[in-house]
Amino acid sequence: MRTPSFRQWRPAAFAALALVALAACGRPTSTSSASDAASRVYVAPGEKDEFYAFFSGGFSGQVSVYGLPSGRHFKTIKVFSQDPETGYGYSEQTRAMLNTSYGNVPWDDSHHPELSQTAGVPDGRWLFINGNNTPRIARMDLTSMETAEIIEIPHSAGNHASPFVTENTEYTVAATRFSVPTPQRDVPIDTYRENFAGVLSFVKVDSSTGRMALAFQIRVPGYDYDLSSAGKGPSHGWVFFTSYNSEEASTLLEVNASQRDKDFVAAVNWKRAEACVAQGKGTREPARYAHNIVGPDHIARTEWGTSVTVITPMNCPGLAYFLPTPKSPHGANVDPTGELIAAGGKLATVIPVFSFRKMLAAIEANAVDTVIHGIPVLQYDAVLAGEVPEPGLGPLHTEFDGQGNGYTSMFVSSEVVKWSTTTFQVLDRIPAYYAIGHLMIPGGDSRKPWGKYLIALNKITKDRYLPTGPELTQSAQLIDITGERMQILLDFPTVGEPHYAQALPASLIQDRQLKIYDLAHNTDPWAARGESEAGITRRGRTVHVKMTAIRSHFMPDNIEGIQVGDSVFFHITNVEQDWDVPHGFAVTGINNAELLVMPGQTRSIVWVPTKPGVFPFYCTDFCSALHQEMQGYVRVSPRGSSVPLTANTTRR
Amino acid sequence: MRATALLPTLLAALALAACGGKADAPATAAKPAADALTPFQLEHGIGPVTAPVELAALDQHEAAEGKVLFDQRCASCHKTNERYVGPPLGGVVGRRTPAYVMNMMLAPDQMVQKHPEAKKLLGTYMVQMPAQGLTTEQAREIVEYLRTLPAPPAQ
Repeated sequence: MRTPSFRQWRPAAFAALALVALAACGRPTSTSSASDAASRVYVAPGEKDEFYAFFSGGFSGQVSVYGLPSGRHFKTIKVFSQDPETGYGYSEQTRAMLNTSYGNVPWDDSHHPELSQTAGVPDGRWLFINGNNTPRIARMDLTSMETAEIIEIPHSAGNHASPFVTENTEYTVAATRFSVPTPQRDVPIDTYRENFAGVLSFVKVDSSTGRMALAFQIRVPGYDYDLSSAGKGPSHGWVFFTSYNSEEASTLLEVNASQRDKDFVAAVNWKRAEACVAQGKGTREPARYAHNIVGPDHIARTEWGTSVTVITPMNCPGLAYFLPTPKSPHGANVDPTGELIAAGGKLATVIPVFSFRKMLAAIEANAVDTVIHGIPVLQYDAVLAGEVPEPGLGPLHTEFDGQGNGYTSMFVSSEVVKWSTTTFQVLDRIPAYYAIGHLMIPGGDSRKPWGKYLIALNKITKDRYLPTGPELTQSAQLIDITGERMQILLDFPTVGEPHYAQALPASLIQDRQLKIYDLAHNTDPWAARGESEAGITRRGRTVHVKMTAIRSHFMPDNIEGIQVGDSVFFHITNVEQDWDVPHGFAVTGINNAELLVMPGQTRSIVWVPTKPGVFPFYCTDFCSALHQEMQGYVRVSPRGSSVPLTANTTRR
Repeated sequence: MRATALLPTLLAALALAACGGKADAPATAAKPAADALTPFQLEHGIGPVTAPVELAALDQHEAAEGKVLFDQRCASCHKTNERYVGPPLGGVVGRRTPAYVMNMMLAPDQMVQKHPEAKKLLGTYMVQMPAQGLTTEQAREIVEYLRTLPAPPAQ
């Protein structure tokens, strides 16, 4: 079992100390704000947090799980990056998870966790996250908190505006950050305008199994597509994507993509898209992509996609509209009523808020400035509900509390701004330390936010913690939003860069957590569901060892007859059926990873010994009083040796 | 089990007493026989099985189910006729009551900490028996299987 490092529980420890010091018998004697804040984030030993929060790992490629309000880190879910600590991405059962059309890509840049929703509310079934580098979407199962599936997105480059879901998780979307030639081909970069395009991908999610399938792609102008959010309630059936670089620059974008006064929010009617696809208005284009799925036997396998249906706004009128939006917008966030769409223009001086109702009226009235590649550009004033004036510098991303307030992160002025969704006036502001990117309210992108806390997700910490050399942690800040004024309660460090997060009440999922995998239903072909099934076989230069692990021995634990250069597959089955008893496996000099095997599970790793000798293996996860005794030996003989292949399976 | 249930109350009482608050329970509620076992527990063990289990004629079907479970969940540490990690189990139903055997399977932590016989065995074998996530019904099936095993020759 891995314990969080000291830094992760330190805030709670300080909170505890502060509480103990100031309120020795549980009754605060001081009302100073520090002790007040401490008591509000203090979760006593043995008590549980109120919310689960899932943070993106950014360049770590993973997802980390925290409790709120304590900010305690519970787990890092392995998603896009190999993890030698557990063997994820190295073991025979998990290697295929990282297959792509580019080969095995053992890392990614994970940005936006997104909980599945039913009727516009997080339902606690699945969590999705995008891989930004090699375009992918992963789906995690929230009963095991493990990655269940990863699908690659072809024709895309930089899967940033992803994986936001529609109201009932009909789709998870994936829009390309970088426009590229689609399909990919060898062209001069300065032919950008002729040859480059963007794609908005709609990935269907099976409502009972969660299984993803690439339904269709919409080919759109060659802009950079940044973020999105789905309509809800009255706007159900639409998805809103921000775009920038409507200048279609291909060099020095920080200058050349910031020329125009306005870029666009693309409003896409996905029900219309479905109708066009059904009417055969799409074309089937070749596209090779990997779809990696963990089967009922807990083994990941790759299915290869070979083509995708592509539609264009030109061939499907009514599919998409552009809403002019000031200055390189980042977020396009739909409020809980489904009527308002707040767009954060990174370089803008206002936060424009669009009205869905007015957008429909503008379409009806043909209030159109121009048409780009079949996409009508609606008149700004015709679709505007209001502008939040002087919000600060660099509005990025907005969530809502369900009480008629929006909260927008301001990257440049590093603050959170609270504004009214009826008057569009700024009501309050609070600094973030430092360089806030996204923010998150539990359910704050849904129809029913749990508007108690807000998390600021910060890129830079500078002087906030003890310094750790040139590389410093990123951080999250917990802000109480129940009062008129926002109040900062807690800073805590994060694993990798927290681009975005999601949270939901713990009560929705905590009782559904798996404790073990059922050994009787372990169908891994190399499982040893008991010592009688343990053993060893040789097939040419490959040796398979089926080994059981239980507190506290491996069986077999003496292996002879291995030769230098053999590929030795250790298939370890943890035959425990008790909660929180993983076993580890490691052998001297193994070149890939150790294994961490959960109760009832089988994991396999290959070892190619390079020299003769006798090499120990042992359990790397402290399991019992006799954990130090949980060990064994492998004898490796020179190639061609006559030592017979043996493994003790019954000897005491 | 009774002692476990009392523990939080005792702790709460102590905590309140330490803070000088009013205690709902007497702060000195050290019941003299808190960890003494009842005659039932001595005979049938400590755990979820709290009534004697009567054996009828051997149920072959249940015994077969029990063998499958035994091979997966028990045989990594127990053989039937010789010492392995734990004691041999041939003839155990007879040496112990069926309820005792079931409680040992279902609540080995409690048994090893509190029952004099289980404590003695821990002293001999040195390995804390892990709980193997069995249901009461599964434990009963394993008892049925264990009934089919002859006692090993005298050690």
